[in-house]
Amino acid sequence: METTKKILIYGYGNPGRQDDGLGNAMIQLLDGWLFEFPMPHVQLDSNYQLNIEDATELKGKVLVIFVDASVNENVKQFELIPVQPTAKAEFTMHATSPGYILHLCEQMFNSHPETWLMQIKGLSWEMKEELTEQAKDNLQEAFEYLKDMIMHPCKLLQEKHTHTY
Amino acid sequence: MSQKITISPVTRVEGHGKVSIHLDDNNQVSQSRLHIVEFRGFERFVQGRPYWEAPVLVQRLCGICPVSHHLAAAKAMDVIVGAGTGDGLTPTGEKMRRLMHYGQMFQSHALHFFHLVSPDLLLGIDADPAIRNVIGVAQNENFQALAVQGVMMRKYGQEIIKHTAGKKIHGTGAIPGGINKNLSTEERDLLLNGEDPLNAAKMIKWAEEALALFKDYYHKHRDFVDNFSYFPSNHLSLVRKDGALDFYHGVLRAVDAEGNKILKDVDYQHYLNYIAEEVRSWSYMKFPFLTELGKENGWYRVGPLARLNTADFIPSPKAQQEFEAYKAHTNGKPNNYCLHTHWARLIETLHAAEVIKDLLEDPDLQKDDLVVKGKRMPEGVGLLEAPRGTLFHHYEVNKDDQITMANLIVSTTNNNQPMNNAVENVAKAWMNGQNEITEPMMNAVEVAIRAYDPCLSCATHALGKMPLEISLYNNHNELIDQMQSDYTHTKSS
Repeated sequence: METTKKILIYGYGNPGRQDDGLGNAMIQLLDGWLFEFPMPHVQLDSNYQLNIEDATELKGKVLVIFVDASVNENVKQFELIPVQPTAKAEFTMHATSPGYILHLCEQMFNSHPETWLMQIKGLSWEMKEELTEQAKDNLQEAFEYLKDMIMHPCKLLQEKHTHTY
Repeated sequence: MSQKITISPVTRVEGHGKVSIHLDDNNQVSQSRLHIVEFRGFERFVQGRPYWEAPVLVQRLCGICPVSHHLAAAKAMDVIVGAGTGDGLTPTGEKMRRLMHYGQMFQSHALHFFHLVSPDLLLGIDADPAIRNVIGVAQNENFQALAVQGVMMRKYGQEIIKHTAGKKIHGTGAIPGGINKNLSTEERDLLLNGEDPLNAAKMIKWAEEALALFKDYYHKHRDFVDNFSYFPSNHLSLVRKDGALDFYHGVLRAVDAEGNKILKDVDYQHYLNYIAEEVRSWSYMKFPFLTELGKENGWYRVGPLARLNTADFIPSPKAQQEFEAYKAHTNGKPNNYCLHTHWARLIETLHAAEVIKDLLEDPDLQKDDLVVKGKRMPEGVGLLEAPRGTLFHHYEVNKDDQITMANLIVSTTNNNQPMNNAVENVAKAWMNGQNEITEPMMNAVEVAIRAYDPCLSCATHALGKMPLEISLYNNHNELIDQMQSDYTHTKSS
């Protein structure tokens, strides 16, 4: 059955490990926002990590944005980068990349959606459920930016360059 | 001139592992070691928390096998609330947990075989890395359906987990003394007779086909499979009290490389009487051993290979038939072939599929008697067979219901010494006489480690870390070569 939800926002990470839960926290924020301003074409999802079966969730989507925490030194607050399919599996089952999910989608359904990865800078990864203050600030900035992208998806569908903030 | 090669899978945040291989003056391997940083902070973290939180809290340990930790902690808490030591739950409680667990075993094993192992086997471990992946497998006309099957088998197992654990993250299905939900008839019908291919019968069929694929491969590449990192060892797992394979509950059994029982079906509540852990200066991960045999000789394997060596039979017809053929290969003796782990894993996958179907057809899953409680106890141990092997959870609780002590021995810790042996065998076979790292060399080490499917403590998955790196040093610890997981050299002498 053809899905009516054309945009998927998928946050992943371990919310029990402080800033590793930034992706999940983004989905919580978006969920609250969409409760107030419903957008039937937008689907939200969240998990500990990406899994290969997530390739089936990409079917029929026009735009997909994965959201993850980042330790990337070059990211100050957040970054939005286009994702290209990659066939390279990781060393163990303990990590699956957005590019690999995209490649599986292409393999299974002969097409894949326009896909971006939002990485939000995190700072601490201890066994606590609360984000650090800096991560909360980064999350809020990324949230405002992502809302704009969801309301104006053509910006991402037309552009192919990295957005760094 | 002696040299040191280091293979370093850098985990996301917490866990960390590397392989160091020492070469002597003639470039012969003189020593190899696998170092994995074990995550131990959790045991302190749960101290002071109410015991009933443990089954949810422990899921923070790992994003890939939270169900194993969830259920092992719940089993320990069953003891704390006086619900018996593993066999005191209501039929609905135990069967719902079994369904959750066998769903996890099914999806984990399927993912491992189809997406990590099949490229190595079907395309060759020395194949071009650009095509040695599941996409490369799928692009081969003989194996086109494999990638899709792997995805859908994984998806089916995840659906079972979702309907039994309640949700994807921090599931709450298992609680001290039982479960918090049964399986509705709608959920049962969806999982049992769902739209093709997501139904129980198709999962059994695909599991059989995967086994046939492996056996066909083995028939054509027997020398390679049998000779890749063979070594004898002890084997340990839970078995059902009658000796049957059981992933959820049983008694502890260990056999030696010849099949002699060295741990004779003991109650795991007393595991500390039989198992100890050794600390070695060069690794953060402990080395468990059977106390009766001592540190030198008491180490053991856990996981699929070990389970099929300790069990007397498999209590499902199709898997039992495969088990008999598998056992015949070693004349009924324990199987010590490293790559036969994949064979054993696929037999377990078939068994899990059969059990899932049987459970889904059991009307006990729709009953409402979910929780049992009895006399409150101060201490509890929960064991089960996780996909990678035996998982130990041990807790002490004070009169204020706070956890005062936690001890976990995870599957990868149990396999610490076997993984070291596997790497050493591969190092000697592939790296003797070499003074630089090649792609097949790097992948051979990965294949050896991957047979054990170790958990590298990657409970977090933030972006920005490299998963694998090999470094080559001379006898002055000078870096002379380095290779990363994308097979690019970053430095050469």
